[in-house]
Amino acid sequence: MTYLQIENVDMTFTKGQKSSNVLRNINLKVERGEFISLIGHSGCGKSTVLNIVAGLLKATGGGVILDGKEVNEPGPDRSVVFQNHSLLPWLTVYENVALAVDQVFGRSKTKAERHDWILKNLELVHMTHALHKRPAEISGGMKQRVGIARALAMEPKVLLLDEPFGALDALTRAKLQDEVMRIQVELQNTVLMITHDVDEAVLLSDRIVMLTNGPSATIGEIIHVPLARPRMRVDLVDDPVYLHCRAAALKFLYERHTAPATAAVLYSNDKY
Amino acid sequence: MSSTSYLRAIDAAPVRATGTAPNESEEVLSEHQPAEKSTVEKHLSTPVIEPASSGEPRKNNVFNRTGDFLLHQVLPPAIVVLLLLGVWEVLCSQPGSALPSFTQVISETKELILHPFYDNGGNDVGLGWQLLASLKRVAYGYSLAVFAGIALGVLIGQFSWAMKGLDPLFQVLRTVPPLAWLPLSLAGFQDSHPSAIFVIFITAIWPIIINTSVGVRNIPEDYRNVARVIRLKGLGYFWKIMLPAAAPYIFSGLRIGVGLSWLAIVAAEMLVGGVGIGFFIWDAWNSSLISDIILALIYVGVVGFILDRIVAYIGQIVTRSTSAS
Repeated sequence: MTYLQIENVDMTFTKGQKSSNVLRNINLKVERGEFISLIGHSGCGKSTVLNIVAGLLKATGGGVILDGKEVNEPGPDRSVVFQNHSLLPWLTVYENVALAVDQVFGRSKTKAERHDWILKNLELVHMTHALHKRPAEISGGMKQRVGIARALAMEPKVLLLDEPFGALDALTRAKLQDEVMRIQVELQNTVLMITHDVDEAVLLSDRIVMLTNGPSATIGEIIHVPLARPRMRVDLVDDPVYLHCRAAALKFLYERHTAPATAAVLYSNDKY
Repeated sequence: MSSTSYLRAIDAAPVRATGTAPNESEEVLSEHQPAEKSTVEKHLSTPVIEPASSGEPRKNNVFNRTGDFLLHQVLPPAIVVLLLLGVWEVLCSQPGSALPSFTQVISETKELILHPFYDNGGNDVGLGWQLLASLKRVAYGYSLAVFAGIALGVLIGQFSWAMKGLDPLFQVLRTVPPLAWLPLSLAGFQDSHPSAIFVIFITAIWPIIINTSVGVRNIPEDYRNVARVIRLKGLGYFWKIMLPAAAPYIFSGLRIGVGLSWLAIVAAEMLVGGVGIGFFIWDAWNSSLISDIILALIYVGVVGFILDRIVAYIGQIVTRSTSAS
């Protein structure tokens, strides 16, 4: 049985007299434990898809089914790692994760269990050295690590990553990608990741879902990435399978669906 | 339409949130903005930090710092005050001057300065008691305004129907001068004491409401989304997300509010009489004790300044972690 199913999702934003159709007929089936990347030019509606799965936005048509249940509001079973980390600046690293853990497991776990669980998740992203620091005192990469720990700590059925490394420098990004791969091997999460980085998509995903340009974006093509895990960034540099997938994605994005100027203007910030 | 667009304008520039507030309140608000605060701090601390970085021996450091502090922080105001006192002295010492000179004020109010807490019964009590009576009224009225103001601010910040319904009303009511409420509240309460408190309340509440609502509406979408994902709602959302996120704005409002309260209490007490620093000033005027009035004005200014600093200090402590993002 399909674990996560996006079925005939349509999204039209209406503002006063104007309405614009952003997504049309999005259909996707995701198996348990699969790592899916959603890639497309900026403004095509990638984030909208993710927000619909998260329940933060309500699709104007179609729906999302997760583990046999329809999604109609946000919840911890679909935890999100936001692009700009979204840690609460007045809470420490520990408290940021604790806020989520206490809220989600407040009834099912004892205080000591929750404490251990918070530490375990922060350990997973190697952030136990900064437990009592506030977000302003740590680097961008560390903030994103904490954001990932917070999302993982909710034990989601689907982990949603919204361009999680977009705001980071190249070296930090590579390091965090490796961490995410390591954690993925360990936890076997079902992941849906938004990205606009072709290399990132090929490196991390089992399948790459490519969106056509908006307005009325839909899924143009899906690339399978049959590379064995664990994957090593350095080994893959001249791996024929890797290169083939990368070339296919680049061709789709830059030959068949080059970003038209209008789409960039209309939805330039890629948000709703 | 005008009211909504007014509030939107506040969104864009919260610094000007209380357009009708007196000049000094505006100044207070802009000073409280995190961004500007940091530049001010930088500017102030530069001369203190520099000697440390130049690698001088540590022993001289403390000495240099105190020296610098005296030179840059204490000297300029001291010189200005001395100059002004000199001008005052010269101008008012001439024969036929309507106002007393500085030395005259000191000699005539010596008793009041030395014995702030005497009590001869009735209205004849020391300036300390008068100030305390005024502060007590402000404490009651202001505390009520803080609770009601934050509650109403959250309401109109969070729910658009509440904003559409209440905002036009607030925009009209907040332009009513504090003292204009006094006859009405005297008629309603039939007693001067609660009337004075009500005037404080109604004066202080508007900037608190408006700044709180702007703060609540400016809570970043990301924080709201985090709360939605972990299903933090109702009171949990209020305490854990909304209040800390809006705290810098709320404290701007609280600071303007406390300043306005203190402005209003002096005026209100002149009219309601009984006890309080405002009454003292009016009483001194009726007895032609100009020196007493001058002394009282200085006290009023100093107390107002201290009140403002206290709220600013609390705000600084509470929002220290919030504003640094």
